[in-house]
Amino acid sequence: MSDTSTPLVEVRDVHKRFPLPSSFLSSARPKVHALNGVSITVQRGEAFCLVGESGCGKTTLGRTVIGLEKPTRGEVHYGGQRVDTLDDTARKPIRQHMQMIFQNPYASLNPRMTVQQILEEPLRFHCPELNATDISETVNEVMTSVGNDPAWGQRYPHEFSGGQRQRISIARALMVSPEFIVADEPISALDVSIQAQVLNVLMDAQAQRGLTYLFITHDLSVVEHFGTRVAVMYLGTVCELTKTKDLFATPRHPYTQLLLSAIPRMDGQAFKHQPIPGEVPSPVNLPSGCVFHGRCPHANDRCRTEVPLLNSTKSTAQVACHAVEEGRI
Amino acid sequence: MALLEIEDLEVEFPNRHGTLTALRGINFTLDESERLGIVGESGAGKSMAAFAILNLISEPGRISKGRIVFEGRDLAKLDEEEIRAIRGDRISMIFQDPMMTLNPVLTVGVQMIETLKAHRDISDEDARKLALARLREVQIPSPEARLDAYPHELSGGLRQRVVIAIALLSDPAIIIADEPTTALDVTIQAEVLALLLALCRDHATALILITHDLAVVSQITERIIVMYAGSIVEAGATRQIIDTPQHPYTIGLIAALPEQNAPGQPLNQIRGSMPSLNNIPPGCAFAPRCDYATDICHRIVPNLTTAHGQSVACHHAGQLQPQESVRDTERAVS
Ligand SMILES: Nc1ncnc2c1ncn2[C@@H]1O[C@H](COP(=O)(O)OP(=O)(O)O)[C@@H](O)[C@H]1O
Ligand SMILES: Nc1ncnc2c1ncn2[C@@H]1O[C@H](COP(=O)(O)OP(=O)(O)O)[C@@H](O)[C@H]1O
Ligand code: SF4
Ligand SMILES: [Mg+2]
Ligand SMILES: [Mg+2]
Repeated sequence: MSDTSTPLVEVRDVHKRFPLPSSFLSSARPKVHALNGVSITVQRGEAFCLVGESGCGKTTLGRTVIGLEKPTRGEVHYGGQRVDTLDDTARKPIRQHMQMIFQNPYASLNPRMTVQQILEEPLRFHCPELNATDISETVNEVMTSVGNDPAWGQRYPHEFSGGQRQRISIARALMVSPEFIVADEPISALDVSIQAQVLNVLMDAQAQRGLTYLFITHDLSVVEHFGTRVAVMYLGTVCELTKTKDLFATPRHPYTQLLLSAIPRMDGQAFKHQPIPGEVPSPVNLPSGCVFHGRCPHANDRCRTEVPLLNSTKSTAQVACHAVEEGRI
Repeated sequence: MALLEIEDLEVEFPNRHGTLTALRGINFTLDESERLGIVGESGAGKSMAAFAILNLISEPGRISKGRIVFEGRDLAKLDEEEIRAIRGDRISMIFQDPMMTLNPVLTVGVQMIETLKAHRDISDEDARKLALARLREVQIPSPEARLDAYPHELSGGLRQRVVIAIALLSDPAIIIADEPTTALDVTIQAEVLALLLALCRDHATALILITHDLAVVSQITERIIVMYAGSIVEAGATRQIIDTPQHPYTIGLIAALPEQNAPGQPLNQIRGSMPSLNNIPPGCAFAPRCDYATDICHRIVPNLTTAHGQSVACHHAGQLQPQESVRDTERAVS
């Protein structure tokens, strides 16, 4: 897996539907359309960000990439190899290269295990050949590298603050020397001064270990600070995918424009927000055509019937919008 | 005279080990139709301050000291019945979770009408008319139909709009909003904030907006109070605090925001974390995390003093000198 020309991760036209319990009046089982034809590639060394409002499918996409969900349709490739069809045994060597960090450091650490046990567990699973000395050396090295005192090993998760716990989660993810990390809102539950500490640890780990991130967040200032490229999602669809810099300089998709205008700013300017009437529709009854058409000021008949594809524009941005493609905006 | 005057407010929680002081000597005022922000990290005491104003501190907590003067009366001295006449009438509160206000088994209309009738003599018909007018004002689509809706039939954003409509029913002098948009997505947050701002302006209602989000207060409020570990560390005009913070904690907090740092570079960070209230260090509570702390900071609690037009509780306010030696020896992140 050292080929540098193939993307590290490739998601091809992935759909994910979650069946809901059938209602008692009809036998048809309603489905949540969590992902609807998502295609992204993540290059080695990137901090690829997924942004969008809650329920747009960010977590589902992250879990699908890492193999915790199977796509209903479409393919996931890792290091040039198709991985979504592999069974657990065949996946194990690949799983070692990918780790996930979750939003809630309270729920994701086993409260009955000491920090030492929590950190050793993934290593014992993936590298049973290592002896006790190797393991404890790795624990010390990793703990120190994320700014944790190795002496914390004998204590339990509840003894730590939210920020410390998240750094323990990061340490656990780093134990098996992964090359790819899916970080799902890793700092969203933390206070501002602690967010900076944890983001620094993540950026540091990336520089030191050459990590690639799929970074999920709803905080656009974090994306702007450290994302290389970004995919903006809405209702299980990628509506815009571009370099981070370009997204903030020239947002193209009408939803991206709405999203950016909603960010509260400290620069003393009045609210720029142009409210768009309506709310995000239900992913159970997906709108026809463009998923955003019901709220889009630029929607026409084509938008109401034909699903726009993620097309390249003249710049490097890919935008899924008929109006952009037709040059109407 | 100020509309609301909080003087030397202290809140205590007796516990097994003695007493925990959750608020220590809070002082601030709110003018008529003024919009004031209270910011700080979780556990700083922001909600406690709001709850204290309305006598909503849960047992065994109590206001152990200080005065809360509103329209000539000390709210801290009122009995439950007297404060209840003020709560939801002269002073309304909006919580992060709309279900703190809404009763899940009653329709929106019934709750609004009941709220109105609890505070004044009004016919059902007039109450319904007023409720409808308020729902229109908070821009709820098809308001007539919503009167008959139950809270669970509404999205989070609509529920919070209903709560705002209820808060406005009695034309209060003050609305206290405790993290009203924290649970909402950013586009919904923008709409709710714009609405709150417009309504407070239209009705000349004073607003106390509590949030951990500096950008949110900076867009809505005229003045800011920064809290840390149960105390006010800095207060002043919003623009001034954001542009020229004087307290090391405020300075650090603003500098840590990603938008204040060059892309891709390590963020400025404040080391350590806020102490828990039963473990507040002697002297300045921020001293162990402070780059400017000297000996006196670790021994003596600083008072709020004026520096560059802002109130700052720091021994070195207005003349900060980074103490590099401290910084290096205490670099450990814990
Ligand atoms: N296991 C599941 N069963 C049913 N619906 C699900 C499940 N997981 C996610 N969903 C739904 O899929 C959609 C996308 O969810 P999610 O990926 O968690 O979004 P995000 O992380 O962007 O908030 C939502 O409507 C959510 O309710
Ligand atoms: N019932 C209680 N007993 C003891 N301490 C409490 C109680 N409720 C809140 N506290 C403490 O009071 C402090 C201030 O809390 P709060 O006002 O909720 O902070 P904020 O709103 O700024 O996040 C917290 O440290 C919290 O632990
Ligand atoms: S009083 Fe001292 S420790 Fe506290 S903020 Fe000021 S300089 Fe820092
Ligand atoms: Mg999620
Ligand atoms: Mg609070």
